[in-house]
Amino acid sequence: MKDEVTREERVDNLKGMGCSRKRVEDARFTQGKGNYVDDVKLDGMLFGDFVRSPYAHARIKNIDTAAALEVPGVLAVLTAADLEPLGLHWMPTLAGDKQMVLADGKVLFQGQEVAFVVAEDRYAAADGIELVEVEYEELEVIVDPFKSLESDVVLREDTVDENGKATDGAHGPRKHPNHIFTWNAGDKEPTEEVIANAEIVAEESMYYHRTHPCPLETCGCVASMDKVNGKLTLWGTFQAPHAIRTIVSLISGLEEHNIRVISPDIGGGFGNKVGAYPGYVCSVVASIVTGKPVKWIEDRMDNLMTTAFARDYWMKGKISATPEGKITGLHCHVTADHGGFDACADPTKFPAGFMNICTGSYDIPTAYLEVDGVYTNKAPGGVSYRCSFRVTEAVYFIERMIEVLAIKLDMDAAELRRINFIKKEQFPYTAALGWEYDSGDYHTAWDKALKAVDYDGLRAEQAQRVEDFKAGKTRKLMGIGLSFFTEIVGAGPVKNCDILGLGMFDSCEIRIHPTGSAIARLGTISQGQGHATTFAQILASEIGLPADSITIEEGDTDTAPYGLGTYGSRSTPVAGAATAMAGRKIRAKAQMIAAYLLEVHDDDVEFDVDRFVVKGAPEKFKTMKEIAFAAYNQAIPGIEPGLEAVSYYDPPNMTYPFGAYVCVMDVDVDTGVVDIRRFYALDDCGTRINPMIIEGQVHGGLTEALAVALGQEIAYDDMGNCKTGTLMDFFLPTAWEVPNYETDFTVTPSPHHPIGAKGVGESPHVGGVPCFSNAVQDAFRPFGNTHTNMPHDHWRIWKTANDLGLHG
Amino acid sequence: MSNKQHYKITVNGKQEEFLAEPRELLIYTLRERLNITGPHIGCETSHCGACTVTIDGKSVKACTMFVAQADGKDVTTIEGIGGPDDLHPLQNAFKEHHGLQCGYCTPGMITRATKLLEENPNPTEEEIRFGMAGNICRCTGYQNIVKSIQAAAAEMSAAKEAAE
Repeated sequence: MKDEVTREERVDNLKGMGCSRKRVEDARFTQGKGNYVDDVKLDGMLFGDFVRSPYAHARIKNIDTAAALEVPGVLAVLTAADLEPLGLHWMPTLAGDKQMVLADGKVLFQGQEVAFVVAEDRYAAADGIELVEVEYEELEVIVDPFKSLESDVVLREDTVDENGKATDGAHGPRKHPNHIFTWNAGDKEPTEEVIANAEIVAEESMYYHRTHPCPLETCGCVASMDKVNGKLTLWGTFQAPHAIRTIVSLISGLEEHNIRVISPDIGGGFGNKVGAYPGYVCSVVASIVTGKPVKWIEDRMDNLMTTAFARDYWMKGKISATPEGKITGLHCHVTADHGGFDACADPTKFPAGFMNICTGSYDIPTAYLEVDGVYTNKAPGGVSYRCSFRVTEAVYFIERMIEVLAIKLDMDAAELRRINFIKKEQFPYTAALGWEYDSGDYHTAWDKALKAVDYDGLRAEQAQRVEDFKAGKTRKLMGIGLSFFTEIVGAGPVKNCDILGLGMFDSCEIRIHPTGSAIARLGTISQGQGHATTFAQILASEIGLPADSITIEEGDTDTAPYGLGTYGSRSTPVAGAATAMAGRKIRAKAQMIAAYLLEVHDDDVEFDVDRFVVKGAPEKFKTMKEIAFAAYNQAIPGIEPGLEAVSYYDPPNMTYPFGAYVCVMDVDVDTGVVDIRRFYALDDCGTRINPMIIEGQVHGGLTEALAVALGQEIAYDDMGNCKTGTLMDFFLPTAWEVPNYETDFTVTPSPHHPIGAKGVGESPHVGGVPCFSNAVQDAFRPFGNTHTNMPHDHWRIWKTANDLGLHG
Repeated sequence: MSNKQHYKITVNGKQEEFLAEPRELLIYTLRERLNITGPHIGCETSHCGACTVTIDGKSVKACTMFVAQADGKDVTTIEGIGGPDDLHPLQNAFKEHHGLQCGYCTPGMITRATKLLEENPNPTEEEIRFGMAGNICRCTGYQNIVKSIQAAAAEMSAAKEAAE
């Protein structure tokens, strides 16, 4: 057979790895034909909504639902008393704690779910909510975690024994009724000794403020109990649909095969949609009670005030070095405010996530980390907002400590980083806090970044600006923000990563159709990352069928193989690996079929782009399309018909993407307004699957980083009132505030990943927050600033300038 | 407590008549009553623009307009802008330039952009950023949205010139 098409054309035709394939998802989204959970509509569907507590800490003396039940269209009002006989008034959190589904005797934060009104539509539900009368007795409110640990007020009565003494928690002994856990990593005494004897020690306390992932689509679900067949179907905004199915089974007693969880299109997640929320439980119960489908959708205020805050870490650091700037030790203590319930979603053995990546990109010989988790009267959570578990906090901590140390040493912060980077030849590198970094080439990336922005030129311009400022020629300072980050993503190896006992592997199942197209199903679920586009590209390169002929399906637990879902940048590192491995199984069988058809031995054919060719005789070949057809229409001795494969991939290690970012901004000392002149982002995410999508992820992650660094926060007053419950108060940047970003890359593949990919979705957020923050702080460095806390909104920047005496 | 009123609204060229309480929000009318689910609910305070529609030639956030205020008016949603057989240049440009990720803001974003380009067929980047500031996107960082709108503007201008 003669082939008219060149090899290059055959490669292009696949649209495999490395090409900027346009997204297959976009047709429906641009035409208003997406299918999000609020678009799910079923016959007779009811709508549920919550009565929420106006108080942050109060005892509930009485709930009167009579008037609400009189409202036309209101069918039921559920309270904890209704759920208790079912054992559903509390539910497990993903962090080993438990959480009230509906207020059981008291409320612990403003906005807590008190009763669930089930009605024929949203308006009737809202009318019903107005008429539920709840009698509260206010209790002393604690919003400060340090005060919480000294207070006589016991927030959680389920955490003390009959003598009022703290019982053990999910992560060991607790030292106070309001204390959740102590977790540590590294060597305490040696670290303290190194720091005590060091010539240079820099210390800093920093507060990484509470914020929220705030996807544009809030959380929600539709529960439909089919009593005839005994099957429950649950549609929802679930970043981990299989885990939700298992949790629903465990807490409801329904057998898992009778539960079908479907994540339809999801309007952004960023960590908000990993956990299990009271709305899910109440919708399921309400559907069982009424025999009708029940929908629950958060409004924006519910979302910001109740589900899934992030950060709220009080971090205290000490870093020691030689006078030349070689770092010798790092000590970090964190007081972690988890609010009323510990509802973060970290792997079981890591109650502070991977905070122990806080030695960053540096060769630090000795380190110690200790984290204390604390209850307060704030919303529950502690989720990973666009980052692997607590990695944003860790990277912010080390990238600020480096800057603080540079000030102490009177040294350039770029040079300080350079002399402390882990060297290329040190990989795989075992860090002082235990992780084994898979691969990296930090010096090359750093040099490329500094050269791209003309770093020396920027510093010269900055020095001139300081002179001009002092001479009264300008009121704007110039800040140069640096950050070099190493992430730890792709959780993770089953040996040390599980959530509620579920190992954090992931999966892919492939079916090749007779005519040479395919469907692949995965245990993950896209929330905008473009999985349907990129996973098909991985497969195209692995199995030699065009990406355009491969459907990717996720999010239906009745059809997809079991997986732990999408968060912590785990889709490419784990499910992406499973996809490649399943593809290789397809290829292995295809090789045997090809050899049979070509009448040669299996070892005498080799894979080439989209076909198997006879070694040394490239004119003799069978295309994958031909092989697919043969798999279904020929009786091949010793080979089963069909062409399918499944792979469950347990990664041997995490992956460690890294990057070098530089931000240049002007800071107006009189208004506190910043002007981001330039942002350069170099990312190394290993093998690049789709450069267009990588760039898009970087733009988006940087914008969320800008938000967090420059204004976005969840703030409370002393009474526990959430002051940032709407988009009027909670900062989401618009096109007007956001700059254009310059993206760049180096490629250092992961040595243990089948295709060398490391994941990228969260890198820009992790690396971006310290970069923006460092830029603001750097502007004030010549005037004596060491550290100020984020978010650097106009008021705080103005105040920094004022505190430094820059207002004359 | 039925105080339902009679309303007549033209949506995407089709006249709709129904009884509704005046307090019903237009976004609810569109999504729940008329099954037009392209416009989304993101904030219910007019900040995010996911619900943006065009009413009598103006961009309007349907989450904070009562159905009573829309009575007798002409409403266009993303569904009325273009479909598989008559894709609007903006719909194509958003795909070509990766102007969307999760897609939740996209219908409102494109609906707003159609008005922006009607008002100003050749906007500068600054004018695009200012004109789109009522629509929030959490995924893209806007860079590719700006690019998409610029590309559509160029395409539409070229087509107009060719037609003249």
